[in-house]
Amino acid sequence: MAHAHDSSSERPAILDKVRPAELPRSPLILNNRGFHWITDKVCGIVEEETPLWWKIMFGVALFVASFTFIGLSYLVSTGTGTWGLRSPVGWGWAIVNFVFWVGIGHAGTLISAILCLLRQKWRTSINRAAEAMTIFAVMCAGIFPLFHVGRVWFGWWLLPLPNQNGIWVQFRSPLEWDVFAVSTYFTVSTLFWYMGMIPDLGVIRDRATTWWRKAFYSLLAMGWRSGNRQWSNFEMAYLLLAGLSTPLVLSVHTIVSFDFAVSNVPGWHTTIFPPYFVAGAIFSGFAMVLTLMLPLRAIYRLHDVINQYHIDNMCKIILATGTMVGYAYATEFFIAAYSGNVYEKFAFVNRAFGQYWWAYWIMVSCNVITPQLFWFKKVRENHSLVWIICLFVNVGMWFERFVITCTSLANDYLPSSWGYYSPTIVDIFTFFGTFGFFSVLFLLFIRFLPLLPMAELKMVSPQADPHTH
Amino acid sequence: MNERNERIHGVACTFRKVSDVFHAAEKVRDAGWKNWDVHTPFPIHGMDQAMGLPRSPVPRLTLLGGVTGFITGCLLTWYMNSYDYPLIVGGKPYWSVIFPFPVIYECTILFAAFGTFFGQFIFNRLPRHNHPLFDLPNFARVSDDTFMIVLEARDPQFHLDESRNFLQSLGGQEITVIRD
Repeated sequence: MAHAHDSSSERPAILDKVRPAELPRSPLILNNRGFHWITDKVCGIVEEETPLWWKIMFGVALFVASFTFIGLSYLVSTGTGTWGLRSPVGWGWAIVNFVFWVGIGHAGTLISAILCLLRQKWRTSINRAAEAMTIFAVMCAGIFPLFHVGRVWFGWWLLPLPNQNGIWVQFRSPLEWDVFAVSTYFTVSTLFWYMGMIPDLGVIRDRATTWWRKAFYSLLAMGWRSGNRQWSNFEMAYLLLAGLSTPLVLSVHTIVSFDFAVSNVPGWHTTIFPPYFVAGAIFSGFAMVLTLMLPLRAIYRLHDVINQYHIDNMCKIILATGTMVGYAYATEFFIAAYSGNVYEKFAFVNRAFGQYWWAYWIMVSCNVITPQLFWFKKVRENHSLVWIICLFVNVGMWFERFVITCTSLANDYLPSSWGYYSPTIVDIFTFFGTFGFFSVLFLLFIRFLPLLPMAELKMVSPQADPHTH
Repeated sequence: MNERNERIHGVACTFRKVSDVFHAAEKVRDAGWKNWDVHTPFPIHGMDQAMGLPRSPVPRLTLLGGVTGFITGCLLTWYMNSYDYPLIVGGKPYWSVIFPFPVIYECTILFAAFGTFFGQFIFNRLPRHNHPLFDLPNFARVSDDTFMIVLEARDPQFHLDESRNFLQSLGGQEITVIRD
């Protein structure tokens, strides 16, 4: 992050006369902690003996993950008919779960890239964990479209590779755009996450006492020596990756929304979809960040680095994006009424009062009504309540994708071809297990990699300013 | 003037405070040193100017990657959907920049990110797992809370005793000779 050097000798003379008031800013790190405290705190998490809660959680997570394994094994050995998909609903939980998980990932990139460009220094406490969340969420998301192709061993036909049929992928299909968008997103997020971690891996390497730790972290740290000549290139590369990730994350969920918007189905064929999907993705992702970080903060006593200021900011972003999503729901209804298109009108009345009315009202109450509680400071300071509201948001956002996908497909044009979709036990197993898969990866991350970015935390502490004495 | 000992990599000294190392770096820069570095646990705001470093060259590889990605995306979609196996879809042209734009866009970002990521490694000459600095007993503290200035022996100004005295005059502590 290349900043201009502000030299105190170039102060305009007027500033000495008028004595501008110092505007107080909320401290990012409480209790005036030093550099060594930050190193000890973050490295301590990796270096301590594996705690009992971790072992128990890891066992539980593996058990839950096995449900995905069972669901997918049954699917592959039997066929996609074991999912609840049938005409007219050819897209059910598979696409719902895909969009749900991809959306969760987006908050990680928002925190690491967009807030970096906007110079929001509070992002430093949460960006590493949020980026890890992004990568693991995209891995969970990828499972669904990959297995939805039916014969998963032909999954590579999605890639632009020559195959025995002599035909190529069709670049006019939004599903092919998705392949490029999601795989690029996964790759760039991983590069960004790993590059940001190199200096911190160097710290763990320098503190390592056993040979295997030394070897493992040396390999990952790539011989980082933290010289300013290295920092200069590193900072520039980090800024550029942030600048590249920002249009990337916006394009990814835009393209995901094109999967729907490019079709001719009532309720899907709308231009509001890209911004509406991006707002929803950020909304659900921030809820997931808080769902993960609040327990971690309590377990590892990170109250000095993740303080009320951070939690307040995240709650306010959830409030803002939740309200945007609510506004989008209202706009959809207005446009449907205003369009004069009977199918479009019916699609929306049917969403709210048709056979899936319960899903619609779960969505509205979780996504539009619950986050409004964040207007109140008392609510934002009650962390158990914040955590519960975030769970509601996660549930609500899953239902949003369910409502969009299933109501539009189940009742589109001809009443003779209407139907009712419900998932099978295989669908439920596969989706339930992804939470375990996600947790397994996240627990491994907590145990072996630096949870908080040490260098960036040191950089935002007051004693890092070269002009204080 | 130069009694260069091939087995010496340079001399190092440490500082405890950011402001001390910052002002010391400005003095080393003003003394005209070329081969030297400041090792810090985090990037210090304004240190590039204090050391007199030019702008990082990483953006050149980012641009190169981005342009390569854009051309790759165009060629990929043109070759597959309009040259090797042309398909008429809705009476539209075989290839235009519009329909595969998401693909071209993602290719541009992907290759630009590769350029940036590998550019950082190339310009930092990493990975390099063996370096004389790693043998210094106090180097491990540099990634924690200590700041270190290293004057390298390959600089034309380097003279073991004079450089040591120079570091002392800057207020550096724990002045150590680094052996190759």
